[in-house]
Amino acid sequence: MMFHWRWDFTYEILPRLMWATVNTLIAAGAGYAIALVLGLILALAQRTNWKPLTFVVREFVEFIRSTPLVLQIFFVFYVGPQFGVRLSPWTSGMIAIGLHYSAYLSEVYRAGIEAVPRGQWEACRALNMSTADTYLRIIIPQALPPSVAGMGNYLVGIFKDTPMLSVIGVAELMHTANAIGAENYRFLEPYTMVGVIFLAISLPTAGLVRLFEGWLRRKLGL
Amino acid sequence: MDMSAFPLELPETDRPMVRFMNVTKSYGRLVVLDQLNLDIAAGEMVSIIGPSGSGKTTVLRMLMTLETINGGVIYVDGKPLTHMAKGGKLVPADERYLRMMRSSIGMCFQHFNLFPHMTALQNCMEGPVQVLGLSKQEARERSEELLSLVGMIAKKDQHPSRLSGGQQQRVAIARALAMRPKVMLFDEVTSALDPEVIGEVTNVIRKLVAEHNLTMLMVTHQMGFAHDISDRVCFFFGGKIEEQGPPDILFGAPQRDRTKQFLSAVKEAH
Ligand SMILES: Nc1ncnc2c1ncn2[C@@H]1O[C@H](COP(=O)(O)OP(=O)(O)O)[C@@H](O)[C@H]1O
Ligand SMILES: [Mg+2]
Repeated sequence: MMFHWRWDFTYEILPRLMWATVNTLIAAGAGYAIALVLGLILALAQRTNWKPLTFVVREFVEFIRSTPLVLQIFFVFYVGPQFGVRLSPWTSGMIAIGLHYSAYLSEVYRAGIEAVPRGQWEACRALNMSTADTYLRIIIPQALPPSVAGMGNYLVGIFKDTPMLSVIGVAELMHTANAIGAENYRFLEPYTMVGVIFLAISLPTAGLVRLFEGWLRRKLGL
Repeated sequence: MDMSAFPLELPETDRPMVRFMNVTKSYGRLVVLDQLNLDIAAGEMVSIIGPSGSGKTTVLRMLMTLETINGGVIYVDGKPLTHMAKGGKLVPADERYLRMMRSSIGMCFQHFNLFPHMTALQNCMEGPVQVLGLSKQEARERSEELLSLVGMIAKKDQHPSRLSGGQQQRVAIARALAMRPKVMLFDEVTSALDPEVIGEVTNVIRKLVAEHNLTMLMVTHQMGFAHDISDRVCFFFGGKIEEQGPPDILFGAPQRDRTKQFLSAVKEAH
């Protein structure tokens, strides 16, 4: 009977799954770090007065948002080498996922920045502040709290999308579960455990994000 | 636009603190200010009154360089503000030039625009530290002095959300003064306030007029206040100065029909 749950097998594969979980967290974390920074750059680039730049950035964001992540992963990994960019599955994967989510995060930042009242910009101008100080000291601190919820959603999103990296052979959770299943002709336990692990990480993350948002608002005195 | 009619710099003998010279401002086809000419002498307190939409706020915003102008030149302390000299000609000012010139001007807004994530003291220190390059210590001393002047020293560590409108506006005045501007602009600074706290803000401005040699340009709906403290009152109508003069004359014996109509309409409303 294939649907019979085997605890001994579950315990046996647990260490491998745990290692894969670490890999998954690294991939998600590194991809998210890229997305956080690049997303901010994209958001700020869209606010410059230089039309060619804002045009290119907007089209890039549109393109990323309108095409599947899996395609973008394949593109970086398989098409990159034709342009002399030969990257490991890991590097390709994190770049692709980071690029992908930077487009979404740039929209989160943009909304956050646009939510800061116009009077704040005018006060900065009246105090003769530089553009850099205006952004770093006044606008971004106020744009952050309303952006945290969206940023948190995409943190969970990037984590849940890491299985896509299995298509180019990154040894994250899904890839490992597939391998375990194929080696043992048993898929019930590895796949179930993958689900449990994702749930066990996603759920508290969403809660932690909400706590962080509250803490940030208090810290900024908002 | 022929700029040759505008001097690169005003002569020493004819150098008001602020000069609007044939200044025109329009939004698309809507002409908001039409060939405005207005001089403000050093140390003078000038009030602007007039119906809503007559261009009062726009005058201040142009001087604060929050708006670009479509024609004419604004001079501050003899030097062009909206333009800069380049190859012996006036060309529109670039951001670098504006940053140099803007330091002479400070502004307080109808809705205060304090930085909500900073305390009253931090709001006041921000400009002196980040823009003027003062040390934290110097900036703190200067800011505390000004917060005392506006009667807000006891609340210096409060965030704006914990302050009443009148208190926020007083902090905003201190914040602007901390930059040591030569010209202070007040745009309806009491309009967003509850009636019972208007006095605490107008008293601060009265004190500034009495004790400090600032040049001030103030838009207000409070005729009594404008009468008390102004050296000159300008009545704006439809983007032009319809009438101007010393407060006793403008309020006591206005010459133009529109001024009379406006003043009696305001009187009725109170
Ligand atoms: N950003 C803008 N875009 C279009 N029209 C504007 C803008 N700002 C002001 N105006 C118009 O300019 C005119 C003068 O405005 P304003 O100077 O604010 O008047 P006041 O302060 O005297 O009430 C009004 O008709 C107003 O609608
Ligand atoms: Mg106005």
